[in-house]
Amino acid sequence: MPENDTIPSAVQAAVARHSHDAANLVQILHDVQNQLGHIPEQAVDQVARVLGIPPVKVAGVRGFYHFFHDRPHGRYDILFSDNIIEHFQGKQELLNYICTQLWVEPERVSEDGMVRVGSTSCIGMSDQGPAALVNGLPVTRLTMERVTALVDLVKAGKPPAEWPAEFFQVADNLRRADALLGEPLERGAGVRAVLEKGADGMLAEIDKSGLRGRGGAGFKTAVKWDFCRKAVDTGAECQEVGGTICDNTAATVRYVVCNADEGEPGTFKDRVLLNSYADLVFEGMTVAARVIGARQGFLYLRGEYRYLLDKLNGILEQRRRDGLLGERILGTDFSFDIAIHLGAGAYICGEESALIESLEGKRGTPRNRPPFPVTHGYLGKPTVVNNVETYASAAKVAAKGGEWFAQIGTAQSTGTKVLSISGDCERPGVYEYPFGVTVRQVLADCGAKDIHAVQVGGPSGTIIGEAEFDRKIAFEDLATGGSMMVFGQGRDVFEAARNFAHFFAHESCGFCTPCRVGSRLIAKGMDKIASGHGTCADVEELKRLGHLTRTMSHCGLGQTAANPVMQTLEKFWDHYDKRLRSKEFEPSFDLDKALETARKITGRDDAWAHISAD
Amino acid sequence: MSDNTITIDGQAVPFAPGQTIMEAAMAAGVYIPHLCHNPEFTPHGSCKLCTVTVNGRNAASCTMPAAPGMVVQNDTEELNANRRALTQMLFVEGNHVCPFCEKSGNCQLQAMGYFLGMMDPHYDQFYPPRDVDASHPDILLDLNRCILCELCVRASRDVDGKNVFGVTGRGPHTRITVNSASGRLGDTDMAVTDRAADVCPVGAILKKRHGFEVPIGQRTYDHKTIKDVHMEEAGK
Ligand SMILES: Cc1cc2nc3c(=O)[nH]c(=O)nc-3n(C[C@H](O)[C@H](O)[C@H](O)COP(=O)(O)O)c2cc1C
Ligand code: SF4
Ligand code: SF4
Ligand code: FES
Repeated sequence: MPENDTIPSAVQAAVARHSHDAANLVQILHDVQNQLGHIPEQAVDQVARVLGIPPVKVAGVRGFYHFFHDRPHGRYDILFSDNIIEHFQGKQELLNYICTQLWVEPERVSEDGMVRVGSTSCIGMSDQGPAALVNGLPVTRLTMERVTALVDLVKAGKPPAEWPAEFFQVADNLRRADALLGEPLERGAGVRAVLEKGADGMLAEIDKSGLRGRGGAGFKTAVKWDFCRKAVDTGAECQEVGGTICDNTAATVRYVVCNADEGEPGTFKDRVLLNSYADLVFEGMTVAARVIGARQGFLYLRGEYRYLLDKLNGILEQRRRDGLLGERILGTDFSFDIAIHLGAGAYICGEESALIESLEGKRGTPRNRPPFPVTHGYLGKPTVVNNVETYASAAKVAAKGGEWFAQIGTAQSTGTKVLSISGDCERPGVYEYPFGVTVRQVLADCGAKDIHAVQVGGPSGTIIGEAEFDRKIAFEDLATGGSMMVFGQGRDVFEAARNFAHFFAHESCGFCTPCRVGSRLIAKGMDKIASGHGTCADVEELKRLGHLTRTMSHCGLGQTAANPVMQTLEKFWDHYDKRLRSKEFEPSFDLDKALETARKITGRDDAWAHISAD
Repeated sequence: MSDNTITIDGQAVPFAPGQTIMEAAMAAGVYIPHLCHNPEFTPHGSCKLCTVTVNGRNAASCTMPAAPGMVVQNDTEELNANRRALTQMLFVEGNHVCPFCEKSGNCQLQAMGYFLGMMDPHYDQFYPPRDVDASHPDILLDLNRCILCELCVRASRDVDGKNVFGVTGRGPHTRITVNSASGRLGDTDMAVTDRAADVCPVGAILKKRHGFEVPIGQRTYDHKTIKDVHMEEAGK
């Protein structure tokens, strides 16, 4: 417990560092937690008082994000990535082993306040998993050996800063580079091009390139930028969750936002882009800023990638020194700067309007739309939100021209796609292909043999079996944000779907009924089937729930939460069939399970302490 | 079709610019079932009961602005089945004890269940552990009944200017909290005369010492459907 008198100074410093602006609340809370280890009630009160907002609001934000804590959470906070790929690689055994060695229960801080071992949604390391976040930093390639060493370090009380550096090494694993990542772009080439061509000229190039958003949905980038640059403050009242007050009176201010939340399980290509191609990404953001007329940009970096923060800030600093960022870029009257905002563990903040709420220092609740971010985004101002890879591609288009780009890929999906490949293959990692490549080709290149199924685009995407391996990676066929998880023969596709169902239930923001309750009911239904108590009636119920969440939910999370279950039911029925009871119906109340507490109390586990299921 | 008109289930409904589908519908005497919407407060859009099909796509009518020529389906079998399922979800998600709840008969969740022909909770009960806060001298806060409509949050913030209520947690752990360091309602500046004290559609915020003043059987929804009550309130 921090001393009470350190709280005011920690808070003062954090609030001052973020210019006393309540819109930076998430960043402020990060700083407070860095100093105090958690965010105690007194700090909430202090922050609220200094910022002049109600404490209940600050507490609400603290309570929304996984990585914020209202009580001490151990000197060592070890969170295993919960992706299905890592499960298949033995994550659970490793986690259990650590727990026994350290005498702790999963998800609970040890009695002495030393350590917590738990799980967290995919941390973007499944090409080098199993992996875990230790005090926020990724430890990769966990084996029994590494875990044993880790246990010894914890027992010896060594702080993670003194652990072997190789524990924290994150490899790019870039295995195939094409038009985007293959030839380096001279620093500043994109910025020079946009200054030369001007906003109209550059927008025409982006349009000619046919570039579509790489975050998954594939919206045409030129159209988005054009909407945004044409949007003017109408003075109309914004309809936003929480009743944001937006200032529509000043001359139109616009913002450029880069979505680096990369939360879709099995995706890690943005990690590599940011680690090794950050200049390209910032270059693209600067191009966008010139086109739409923005002075300020944000990179929203997922909390799991905090280890990249210093490096990225260094690159921004270098760009400022080189005159590529900041006031009067390259001596022109164009000024633009970029700030990095750190997320705090919330998949939903990848959804663009939730991301903007988070940027504004709020709970990451998706907004009601319309209005859309292009007209009412950050602080109610016109805002462009694009994926990391979209900006990198835009920079290339700026420098090399729209026509060059349009020749690559297919007619409807121009350019290349960077894929994150993990699972049962010899060479997991990042692969760049022109759009139109078949799944079969990709599988061959990464050394995947005897493959049962491939999850394309993550849990919210599409699962395909052998019969569909000739389908193409393209918006007109298999659209994907980049995740590609390979399941070999013998892998349990049902277990994958169940893992994904729990992922969505866990990551639901909780705003709307169909997703908040429905995703949980789906996960429970899958658990019932997994436990051997499922019947055909449960399958029918899952289908109804799937339809309901898909059609009634507020945002893309709820609308796709049932995808894994619905698709595996359709394409991999045998995985369900073999688990179902022949009976029509079975109650989900499990009498035997209800006796668990009694067994624990009495310390019994003999046959008489159980009730048979039949 | 004239400019500022939409159709709802084939009926032409005029709207004023800026109106939502819900506002236009209610003004025209067309009922769209709703729980988190209350015409006195900023639209919220969380319960999703008011979902309608707009030009083939579903949208919450309480937040969707009406636009010329929209073709809206509202009173369809499928939408009503979905609304019933959502109501059932709200029931099983909390701990609802209608037979001995003070709000019984005046509760909009219960009334919605009746209106939509809900015969049972259908889903397995979650039985969540939730807080009861009796610290306030005049008000009882029993979150076992809360359906997260955030009307208390909106009322306290926008009408009372107090921010007594807020939301915290996330996903299945989302919950209403109170603006005091202790987390107790008794330590806030809430007054029983606040708008937030009588805005709750269910029995989560109750006034103390006013229990069972009207006997069960003679309460609002014992005589009228929620549709009748809402349409009367809308002056229709
Ligand atoms: C639940 C959810 C999570 C999302 N996560 C991401 C993400 O991590 N990264 C991303 O670029 N887009 C994500 N998106 C899509 C964004 O909302 C948005 O469409 C995208 O950032 C637009 O960029 P683009 O046009 O360049 O693809 C997500 C959408 C939803 C519904
Ligand atoms: S669909 Fe899920 S994530 Fe999206 S708003 Fe509703 S509860 Fe939140
Ligand atoms: S306490 Fe009542 S008014 Fe407040 S959110 Fe819950 S149900 Fe709605
Ligand atoms: S009434 Fe519209 S979402 Fe609740």
